[in-house]
Amino acid sequence: MSATSETALLEGMPFDPTAPLTPSGNLRRRTSVSRFVQITATAAAVFAVAVLLIVLYGVVSRGASALSFGFVIHNPSGLAGGGIFNSLLGTLEIVAIGALIALPIGILTGLYLTEFAGPRSRTAAALRFALDIMAGLPTIIVGLFVYGLIVIPQHRQSGFAGAVALAIVMLPLMARSSQEVLLLVPGSLREAADALGVSRWRTVLSVILPAAFGGILTGAILATARAAGETAPLLICDSIGYNPFATELNPFHGVPSVSMFIYQSYDLPLAQAVTRAWGAAFVLMMLILIANVLARLILARSRAKMGR
Amino acid sequence: MFGLCALAGVLVVLTLVDVVLQLVNNAQPAISKFGLGFVTSSTWQPNFGVEGVLALLYGTVVISLIAVVLATPLGIAIALYLSMMAPPRVRTVVGPLVELLAAVPSIIYGFWGLVVLVPFIDKLEPGLHSALGFIPLFGPASPIGISVFTAGLVLTVMILPIISALSRDLFLTVPSELKDGAAALGATQWEVIRGIVLPTTVSGVTAAVVLGLGRALGEAIAVSFVIGDVTRIPKSLFDPGASIASEIANQFTSPVNALHTASMFYAGLVLVVIGMLTSVAARTIAGRFDVSQRVI
Amino acid sequence: MTDWDRTASQIHRAEEARRRIRIRTEPVLPVITAPPAGNGAATLQEHAVVFDIRNVSIYYGQNRALAGTSLKIYRNQVTAVIGPSGCGKSTFIRSLNRMNDAIPGFRIEGQVLYHGHDLYGGNANRVEVRRRIGMVFQKPNPFPKSIYDNVAWAARNLGMKQRLDDRVEQALRQSALWEEVKDRLKDSALGLSGGQQQRLCIARAIAIEPDVLLLDEPASALDPVATASIEELMHNLKHRFTIVIVTHNMQQAARVADRTAFFSLDMTGPARVGTLIEYNDTDTIFRSAADPRTRDYVAGKFG
Repeated sequence: MSATSETALLEGMPFDPTAPLTPSGNLRRRTSVSRFVQITATAAAVFAVAVLLIVLYGVVSRGASALSFGFVIHNPSGLAGGGIFNSLLGTLEIVAIGALIALPIGILTGLYLTEFAGPRSRTAAALRFALDIMAGLPTIIVGLFVYGLIVIPQHRQSGFAGAVALAIVMLPLMARSSQEVLLLVPGSLREAADALGVSRWRTVLSVILPAAFGGILTGAILATARAAGETAPLLICDSIGYNPFATELNPFHGVPSVSMFIYQSYDLPLAQAVTRAWGAAFVLMMLILIANVLARLILARSRAKMGR
Repeated sequence: MFGLCALAGVLVVLTLVDVVLQLVNNAQPAISKFGLGFVTSSTWQPNFGVEGVLALLYGTVVISLIAVVLATPLGIAIALYLSMMAPPRVRTVVGPLVELLAAVPSIIYGFWGLVVLVPFIDKLEPGLHSALGFIPLFGPASPIGISVFTAGLVLTVMILPIISALSRDLFLTVPSELKDGAAALGATQWEVIRGIVLPTTVSGVTAAVVLGLGRALGEAIAVSFVIGDVTRIPKSLFDPGASIASEIANQFTSPVNALHTASMFYAGLVLVVIGMLTSVAARTIAGRFDVSQRVI
Repeated sequence: MTDWDRTASQIHRAEEARRRIRIRTEPVLPVITAPPAGNGAATLQEHAVVFDIRNVSIYYGQNRALAGTSLKIYRNQVTAVIGPSGCGKSTFIRSLNRMNDAIPGFRIEGQVLYHGHDLYGGNANRVEVRRRIGMVFQKPNPFPKSIYDNVAWAARNLGMKQRLDDRVEQALRQSALWEEVKDRLKDSALGLSGGQQQRLCIARAIAIEPDVLLLDEPASALDPVATASIEELMHNLKHRFTIVIVTHNMQQAARVADRTAFFSLDMTGPARVGTLIEYNDTDTIFRSAADPRTRDYVAGKFG
């Protein structure tokens, strides 16, 4: 040991400051523990991405052989032939009606919570609580609810009942995302409008909503994409009473849907039918993925605009 | 406009109340016939007019617990990676990919689970049984890999993005000055995580886990594909079983009789009660963290 | 050598051996009282070079934040870094314990030699660097734990589990906080006042007995009374640690520092770059600085 390091110890330090800057004491062990944690965390992330890719690959590889342009524009024919046109149309119609119901109510609820209720308002707290519960309702329970609400009195299942059920699934998502976006609108906008003597509702309509438009649109797309994939509510409220080979546009009759198509196809014994089901799954998956990517792009643009 | 908004709010609350009412009303025949014995009986045989939800409840709880036990450490690990370890470019790619797991509809998980996962588990289970068979939980494998275990795995994948995304948000809210202060004291990254990041966010992460649990409890379609539709209390993880949600999905469209339908409403009511309890638990645990479900 | 010398050196060696043994079995901080008595070896150590900073420039991406800076920092001295805001003082001090590493685009040229070893060298371990060179930040940042756990946390990580209570007490005493908190060590640190929190941050930094203590404007977020108590600490702590303190308050530097480095902005080039203008004994800087910019700054003409 050199003279300087001896004197360092003399002064009572637990280490020799003049030694090279390699790990001293227990640092080597602690570093390997930390390294181990990093590796595990990285592995977990890799695992999650791998699962996603495996699922996607599974759908794509099995569904690709069923795909053709005709698949999308023809109705099913025979036991295993044809396409999913009527189901696609049905899903679009049901989801559209559901969105028509859920979006306005969701945005209005979001507006109430951000613009009109005070921060300590107890009604606002109760409303948030209710929205949380609604968001946490199992979708099959929502189906049961609408079954009792609409299907039983009407003595029939219908696309409309399915749409109402999907609306209940979409509503809390819409309200939550509207809230988030509205909170991002800078308070200075509201203050400026107040200072000019503009009434609340006019401020909301002409200043705040336009500013929040991108975010609300994103929320709407995401909520709709989520609803398009829901099967349980449709299983309860809209799975019988329609002709699986024909297009049905009247929402008050039973309306075919892509999710029910997949659910029911699987039981058919023909391999062709299963391939057809996978094709439908592929189409559904693609639509949802595109919607998600689109939503993110819109969100990024609207965030950039608001200077976030 | 205020009126409109307030009306919307009222509508929300009314709908919720009506959900409970509808369930109770339509369950009435079953409630009056079975009373609370419904919850303690495990015999579910609609053909004989006997329904008890215990086996279904058991199945529901078991698969949800499997999902939570597996998804929680995974989700936290992923969240730590994304918030503290990943280089920025990796983060922008991997983050959305993990969240995309949540965008996959449950029917596709069910479908994929049946066609891809089940054969895989089928090969795995005998091995697991011989390795861990001394624990009664890991009994002999069922013939085709359809089991409570498989359902738990599918649920794990479904709730993983919930736990991961919410935890990652929480970890990002830990003030950097705290992390800097810890690093300046010569602590390794794991020590910063263990000593600062995790303790600060524990109540929020717990709330996220409970939210994931709630999701797992209510999942019907995906589970119905892989759990086996056997309304008995499973003796081991590798036995088939049934959950409340999956059984309703399987039987509601072709009920044996009106009592059967009423019993399914009753079972749904039991599920809602459990779900509400977990939701309330999430809110009390979360405390000042507003860990509600992210949409964007 | 005479008999007398031989005996003296034998006694000296025996003393050294005894002290070495004592230190290895008593992992407790020695109580700071007066500076060590004139002892040949200790005096040599006292003013040895701790940091030898050689032509260091710091870049964030394309921007140069600090121009080629060279200076030496000496053991057991308080070195103050003063200058107007934005002139790279914080960047400079943070580069002494590699706290800038996490900032995206950070790049350093030149060498920072610590006891002759390159801080940014290939085999320099960042965590080890921070263990030896501690830092207290501008805004007090106590952990949301108890007072005791705040001080003990890093020590526990380092495996200093023996007589932890004593270690915590010593650290709190040396930060002049012990009397105020000794009865409520289990209380949350967040309940302390700003000045107390900052002294707590100092306590937890010295509890692991670093070699150097870096303080980045430690009193700027505090009231005058708290500031005075922090300054008093410097006088005592420097016997044990080498201290580098950034401050925008030049009177503070004058009160506390042995040597002072004056940084300012160099406007002559295309962009504004922080530059070391002058570095000398504090008295010289404040009374008879060589550079006119230094004289202007200490006279309060800008800042």
